[in-house]
Amino acid sequence: MPEFIEAFLSQLAQTLLVVTFAPLMLGWVSQCRAWLQNRSGPGVLQPYRVLHKLFHKDALLARNASAIFRSAPYIQFGCMVLAASIVPVVETSLAFSPAADVIALVGLFALARVFSSLAAMDIGTAFGSLGARREMLIASLSEPALLMVFFTPLLIAQSSSLTTIVDALAHREFAIYPSLAFAAVAFVMVLLAENARIPIDNPSTHLELTMIHEAMILEYSARHLALIEWATAIKLMLYCAIGIALFMPWGMVEAGKWPMFPIAAGILVAKLALAGAGLAVLETVSAKMRIFRAPEFLGMAFLFAVLGMLTRQLLGA
Amino acid sequence: MKIEGYNLDFFGIPGAVPALHATVDAAQWRETCRRAAFDGGRLVALWGCDDSDIGKGPAVHAALLVRPGLMVITLPVADGRYPDVSDIFPAAGRMQRAACDLFGLVAEGATDARPWLRHAAWPEDAFPLRKDFSGHQSPVSGRSGEADDYPFVQVGGDGVHEIAVGPVHAGTIEPGHFRFSVVGERVLRLEERLGYKHKGIEKRFEQMDLLQGARLAGRISGDSTVAYAWAYAMAAESATGATPPPRALWLRALLLERERIANHLGDLGFLGNDAGLAFGLAQFSCLKEDMLRLNHALFGHRYLMDVVMPGGAACDISADDIGRMRSECDALEQSVALLKGIYDEHPGLQDRFIACGRVAPELAAKLGLIGLAGRASGQAWDLRAEYPCAPYGELEVRMATHRNGDVAARVTVRFEEVFESLRLTRLILDRMPLGELSLPVPPAAAGAFGIGWVEGWRGEVFVALEAGPGGRIRRLHPHDPSWQNWPLVEHAVLGNIVPDFPLINKSFNLSYSGQDL
Repeated sequence: MPEFIEAFLSQLAQTLLVVTFAPLMLGWVSQCRAWLQNRSGPGVLQPYRVLHKLFHKDALLARNASAIFRSAPYIQFGCMVLAASIVPVVETSLAFSPAADVIALVGLFALARVFSSLAAMDIGTAFGSLGARREMLIASLSEPALLMVFFTPLLIAQSSSLTTIVDALAHREFAIYPSLAFAAVAFVMVLLAENARIPIDNPSTHLELTMIHEAMILEYSARHLALIEWATAIKLMLYCAIGIALFMPWGMVEAGKWPMFPIAAGILVAKLALAGAGLAVLETVSAKMRIFRAPEFLGMAFLFAVLGMLTRQLLGA
Repeated sequence: MKIEGYNLDFFGIPGAVPALHATVDAAQWRETCRRAAFDGGRLVALWGCDDSDIGKGPAVHAALLVRPGLMVITLPVADGRYPDVSDIFPAAGRMQRAACDLFGLVAEGATDARPWLRHAAWPEDAFPLRKDFSGHQSPVSGRSGEADDYPFVQVGGDGVHEIAVGPVHAGTIEPGHFRFSVVGERVLRLEERLGYKHKGIEKRFEQMDLLQGARLAGRISGDSTVAYAWAYAMAAESATGATPPPRALWLRALLLERERIANHLGDLGFLGNDAGLAFGLAQFSCLKEDMLRLNHALFGHRYLMDVVMPGGAACDISADDIGRMRSECDALEQSVALLKGIYDEHPGLQDRFIACGRVAPELAAKLGLIGLAGRASGQAWDLRAEYPCAPYGELEVRMATHRNGDVAARVTVRFEEVFESLRLTRLILDRMPLGELSLPVPPAAAGAFGIGWVEGWRGEVFVALEAGPGGRIRRLHPHDPSWQNWPLVEHAVLGNIVPDFPLINKSFNLSYSGQDL
């Protein structure tokens, strides 16, 4: 098989994998949270049921909704699918990989966020603007921290392409990098903030005054809401996948080693399950912070990321 | 009868509550209120009535708390105008506005004359509680079609904007409108607008006799059904001169404490949940649910409705039931102590609770904060301890008080009251006297007046009842402690940030239904 077809197939398979199973990941985290709270929980398939329900409803739009409001869900979903195509999850030969590096990845997340904030303000409700304002506060602090996190593995691999970083970390000589430990701590903190999880935001709250992400999408319904929910699930899955790629990439297949694909997929499932359970534990033991504690929290994340980079640069570790 | 310091002729009101009644004129109305406030007294309730069916005009009543007990004063107002007392008792403001909506009685000199319960659902010149207003005519049919443009207080300034929340909320809660004026996240002012649940309960009572009224009284505010039913029964017994048998009184106290525990458990769970600790909600909900199920098994109703009746109680307990409740107490005490440890030592949770939504004791005293929230702000007042009616006199209730007045203090008071109520429950189960459960209530004489006053879980519930001819209710006013405490929520939230409001509001957990009537 010609190499480019192979790369294209691998690309397609990995993107589909992420997009299809992202709701399952979300369901798994919710299920773990339910178990940890002594509840039986709705089952891991619940997000699919929600999506199914939403796609079969009639969409309701505010009378003064502009094209931004209507198009934002598609842009958000598109951004996440595109992001899914540059994050290696099972194998490192991605056709799109040379086109976009980690910096572009951060940009894609930012693009999705800009449109969700614009859409939130478009209708002109108090809650939309309130949510957008808070989201921007969080984003202005979490995005620099996320970039800083990426710099450490980037310096180790001497490349900003995720596939190259994974190849460098997983498939060359095994080495332990203490600098990555700092970066990993920072990454987990950014993951919580960027995905609207406790302690920064509460994805399951019904108190409109405390919401951040949820406040922005209060006016959405049916297929629009479904796309946003799905995009949110993909984003969480992607963050877990990025975390895996950067900090525990072992088990991922090198380009062209097709027979290893099922094993790599199995390892990925185990890692994601572990990540989801870990996330649920973190969310269960912590309470939600006051919103003005978030800058401290994200400042700490930034500090850890810088420490990681300094460790790498000054000590070469 | 005279009380020192008051130049009035009082008559004693029979019944379980130490109470006196006097008729006053306009000057004495204000003078009595001022004197009571000067002596450290409080306004318990203020309500109107229309006596045109017995050949008199309208009147306003006020129940004041003074040292010897309750003092009910009545001011006949022939021309529909009476002097305002909201400058003496700030809590009177909304009660006066409600009296104006329902009777057309105007408090002269009041600074706030906006409607309170009337949301343009009935015409401005219709007064639903007047005797000439038929309770059968639907207020909607007389709807004037006017827009309900309530003038909220505007806050100006650079960067100030408004957030309007409710009456329809994202979660399933009771309706209320909250208008925030904020700069960024900081709250400059909060104004509440309630009354969305006005359903004409007081008018409905006037179509009932004393026994039928008991069922309705238990449904005024579903979470305080025992408190309301007991206060109603007390008022009915006071008006008819009936004395319930001792076993019934002990049983009522048992039910009241069970209601208190169940509500506190639910609130403690939700307080954790509102701070993002869903674990707390799951645990406390389990405990509350077990309790409600035992209620259903022993008393036939999860929330204990229709168990307290005028003249006694409707449901007895066996020795076996006492054993079940005793072992429930032991299990609850252990679990709650464990959960209290987790709450107390959770840094994230304590960070949210401490210094959040603070009501200083001085402010609480000035504005008349009562009940659980009052006790968390240094208002050492618990009816069960200060004016104990049977059987509380024998139980020596230990009041839980704190001075910080923040969410953390209200959480602590709840925990302490749960433990105290468990202790009381055990005592009641140990000492429950044997005997009859209920005595027949003699018919009330027309014009007989009775009052009931019970410390529910939220605060004191007050019921004033006047009998009409043929054993019917001529006028009944149930008063929820939320009337006094809602205005304090507006103060508690000042200077806090918007996302902390749900937590502050939940820490008070006031009734909408009980005050919208």
